[in-house]
Amino acid sequence: MPASSLAPARPSLCARLDQVSKLFGSFAALRHVSADLESGRCYVLLGENGAGKSTLLRILAGLLHPSLGTVRVFGDSEPHKARARIGYMSHAPMLYDELTAQENLRYFRNLYPGRDCLTPAEALRQVGLDPDLDRTLGQYSQGMRQRTSLARVLLPVPELLLLDEPFSNMDIESARQMVELLAGFRQTNRTIVITTHQRDLAAPIADWIFTLHAGRVASFDPGKPSV
Amino acid sequence: MTGILWVHLVKDLRIEWRSREAVNSMLFFALLVVVLFSLSFDPQGAFSRDIAGGVLCVATMFASVSALNQAWAREIRHQVLDAQRMAPTPGADMFLAKVLANFLFVTVVQVVLAPVFVVMYNLRILGDAWKLALVLPLGTWALVANGTFFAALSIRSRNRELLLPLILFPIFMPALLAMVLATGSILTGDSDPTLWIKLLLGYDIIFTTVSLLLFEIVLHAE
Amino acid sequence: MKKLAISLYAAFTVYLLIRGFHQAIFVAPDESTMHEIQRIFYYHVPSAMSAFLFFAISLVGSIGFLASRRNQPEFAQRFDALALAGAEVGVVFCSVVLVTGPIWGRRAWGIWWTWDARLTTTLILWLIYVSYLLLRRFAAGPQVQTLAAVLGIFGAIDVPIVYMANRWWRTQHPSPVFFGGADSGISPKMLAAFLWNIAAWIAWGVLILGFRYYVERQSQKALAHEAQQALDHV
Repeated sequence: MPASSLAPARPSLCARLDQVSKLFGSFAALRHVSADLESGRCYVLLGENGAGKSTLLRILAGLLHPSLGTVRVFGDSEPHKARARIGYMSHAPMLYDELTAQENLRYFRNLYPGRDCLTPAEALRQVGLDPDLDRTLGQYSQGMRQRTSLARVLLPVPELLLLDEPFSNMDIESARQMVELLAGFRQTNRTIVITTHQRDLAAPIADWIFTLHAGRVASFDPGKPSV
Repeated sequence: MTGILWVHLVKDLRIEWRSREAVNSMLFFALLVVVLFSLSFDPQGAFSRDIAGGVLCVATMFASVSALNQAWAREIRHQVLDAQRMAPTPGADMFLAKVLANFLFVTVVQVVLAPVFVVMYNLRILGDAWKLALVLPLGTWALVANGTFFAALSIRSRNRELLLPLILFPIFMPALLAMVLATGSILTGDSDPTLWIKLLLGYDIIFTTVSLLLFEIVLHAE
Repeated sequence: MKKLAISLYAAFTVYLLIRGFHQAIFVAPDESTMHEIQRIFYYHVPSAMSAFLFFAISLVGSIGFLASRRNQPEFAQRFDALALAGAEVGVVFCSVVLVTGPIWGRRAWGIWWTWDARLTTTLILWLIYVSYLLLRRFAAGPQVQTLAAVLGIFGAIDVPIVYMANRWWRTQHPSPVFFGGADSGISPKMLAAFLWNIAAWIAWGVLILGFRYYVERQSQKALAHEAQQALDHV
């Protein structure tokens, strides 16, 4: 398996997957995946539906336990223990429809006591939303919900960002803005893992491009980050 | 602990305040059960006093289950639960807040329903009426605490709405028995409900503690 | 060797069952007030004791599973099989109690069923463990073991509370024959028949538990094997 030993300098390790497999009954979602994720890099995960991208992200987030193999995130063998430092965004918004964006974010911010969090307004501004918008999330468009979801991820200033299809439901212009935003994070030594169908959108910030096929890492290529 | 509990509770109450789904549906459901029982048993005089306790408790129970089935629906709908699982705060707070919120909703329903109930069954309470203020909350807590826990437990199953009553009712039976007997003995004034109040209290303490201890396991079960 | 031991144990169980049957039907003296119907006692009470024993085994399995599921998954699987097998065998014994009880009650009390403390307790116990088995059917996927273990613990905690509640409620059931007070105790011949049947039914229960455990382990292994194949399949 092409490991990140190809990388020239070796910055500190953010996460390490060692022979990770995940089984759902007798369906293998991931098979023997090994990879090192270095801090401050952006990894793009490609692959068709059912290739195991989301499962891999959920394992890194500590929401799923690998059936076999080990995951270490920030040197901790239980990603769950490092969860405060991880931001995870799935295709669902992970927010309450009945609350406004501000209320949602304030709620989640309060669940991170003792951590230096952004204010809800700061987070909303970062993703290009108007913090004073007084509408419940149920009345938002798909794209706006997606951005609010990203704002929730950014709140606790995570060091590892796991984004599952962040560009789906977004028009090209918003997606470009988001890529620029993520490029900024990469500069501040934060690690980003993105799964996407839209290879071209993510290419400008990709340090490494993984392709998953049927639960295996099919290819692992260096990207050409340009932003 | 208390701070986080408050954060969860305010959120739950705010959402219910905007939709009022739980309280409204429970209220109507409980009313239906009371009317159905009246039609089936034709309560009059002493007989109505004998069965009133049971009817009130069973009405509460069915109404609560209809709401408890939805207790975690909003968390599941947009995977909000995953975001909550990622937060570095104990799940026990979230559980307790959910129990408190649902307890409040059911209590509101009981308070609204009680006068209707007294009128429809022509009740005159012969025992110490103030003891009802102990029995009903204790019994409701037993129902709501276990119900919220089992609702979380059945989140990930097929037919979860069917499963909840199937696993909740058998475990709840001793509390229901105590609740019905205590209410009955207060309404008729025949016997002393103290023993049953103690049993309810014991049941509440034991099961709330166990739920709090095991909730994390249920929350992160995959 | 293992097969031989199992066969010997099975043969021994059959011997105990025959011996117990003989003792209960032919050797034990006729009871003065209830006559023949009293002999159901030799099946009813041992079944009740076995039911409690196997529910206890199920509880051990549930706790063991929760304790070891992260660090020793292999052990956890064994505990889970034990919890399931214990609950199933327990439900069978509990069903026997619920069937033999009314048969006896019809003759002794003149009614099939009464909402008496012990009857109600047994019925609720049966309901709790049937709901446990239902959960195991309904919930899909690997988390079912965890959820079932949690419910198993809840059920077990409920048992003494159910018992106390019903005891305070009402009691019509005969008080315990043993250790039940001054005038309890039975004649030596009856005691012998009773003890033989306890030994026999517990031995039988353990045998069935063993088989059920084995079957569950096999199906776990088949699943693991299937999973392994899925994993290696390109």
